[in-house]
Amino acid sequence: MSDALACPVTGASGPLPEYPLPRAAECPLAPAPAAQELRSEKPITRVRIWNGSTPWLVTRHADQRALLPDPRVSDDDLDPGFPYVNAHRAAIAPVSPRLITNTDAPEHTRLRRTVNGPFVVKRIEKMREPVQKIVDDLIDEMLAGPNPVDLLTAFALPVPSLVIAQLLGVPYEDHDFFQRSSSLVLDGSVPADEARRVSGELAAYLDNLIIQKTADPDDDVLSEMAGRVQAGEMTHTEAVHMGVAMLIAGHETTATMISLGTLALLQHPDQLALLRETDDPKVVANAVDEVLRYLSIVQTGVRRVAKDDIEIGDVVIRKGDGIIFDLHAANWDPEVFPGAQRLDIARPARIHQAFGYGPHQCLGQNLARLELQVVYGTLYRRVPTLRLAAAIEDLEFDHTGTTYGVHGLPVAW
Amino acid sequence: MRVELDVPKCVASGQCVMAAPDVFDQRDDDGVAILLEERPGEELLDDVREAVAVCPAAAIRLVEG
Repeated sequence: MSDALACPVTGASGPLPEYPLPRAAECPLAPAPAAQELRSEKPITRVRIWNGSTPWLVTRHADQRALLPDPRVSDDDLDPGFPYVNAHRAAIAPVSPRLITNTDAPEHTRLRRTVNGPFVVKRIEKMREPVQKIVDDLIDEMLAGPNPVDLLTAFALPVPSLVIAQLLGVPYEDHDFFQRSSSLVLDGSVPADEARRVSGELAAYLDNLIIQKTADPDDDVLSEMAGRVQAGEMTHTEAVHMGVAMLIAGHETTATMISLGTLALLQHPDQLALLRETDDPKVVANAVDEVLRYLSIVQTGVRRVAKDDIEIGDVVIRKGDGIIFDLHAANWDPEVFPGAQRLDIARPARIHQAFGYGPHQCLGQNLARLELQVVYGTLYRRVPTLRLAAAIEDLEFDHTGTTYGVHGLPVAW
Repeated sequence: MRVELDVPKCVASGQCVMAAPDVFDQRDDDGVAILLEERPGEELLDDVREAVAVCPAAAIRLVEG
């Protein structure tokens, strides 16, 4: 299938669809058919979620852009109307510290500015050379190893893990420990108590490293956070949490954009050829944004609650109503992306909402873009014969996580 | 055309710097946007329009005058 033209755009959505909406088995990379139908028929409509509540689902790109930056649209997960992703999130909300992920302006603005330093564009750009070396070395190792291989474990997961290690300032001799532990924490097949134990080890490791960096600072993020702790701008515990959060938030998401992105490109050989043949960094950068748009891997929707009545289109969202924003549906909105079902690395893609939109837009997006630019600009040139070593029907996709993904991507060359 | 930057709304995502590096910069410590050119030349306006479009905080406006 060279594009998703044959994929269904209608599904049995019914009067009160259950959210998240299921994808079509034959089109594993396309948005749920019912989400596409709702976008054209009922762009702001009620859905039912796991706890029986009926928040609004917003599927059009324009409506998401109007609502997500609106100060009446809140990220306060202590509000009884908040549409929690699952029972676990609902249970931990009252005991969770107030972070950038559950506060509104002005508190959110203040918190975000204290953790934003490492993600300033100019500082991220300095990572390009080290990221290139990490990617080159991993490709060398992969090519010297077994063929076929699982691209996810041989390449896609180690890239972000090693990049984050470098950014944080994890000493080179600890990279193996760091990478092994972070992979275990994210591996869904590892038993929960084992994952908790390893996660505790990682937190203890970062805790200790921040203490070392306080005494002997270097030019890295943990040293900078150690400095902020000493200056009284954040607590030691917050610094440890932030280190762990950077690892978790940036690891599986980036790895998925490498594995699923490779799958999407292999399914569009004409687009892959354009990418392989270019040496223009702008073409590669746009390709990254287009694959981000096409895949839109956040699959549980962005969750908010209305703090006041909001009139939009022909509906009124009442104060206390939950709101869910389906990013994939908006990123396939034909009003903004004509022929949205086609992966087209030359289309203007920059306005996609794969990182969300509004003040909570992904903190690490500039780092993610840089990693993906290096990967997409290198892997397919160095391994021009790269191909899928399994039938797409035999791949196992993750339909339940916060982000969509694939449990392994066998490739050969 | 004049560029307006609403600094209190800025969430320091740096998207304006990526779109229009000749018009915007970021503070080193927290990434809050800095307006370098309040009246950018004609040749920079497409970049500014992209910055307006991609700013997640809707903190940038391009106005007449």
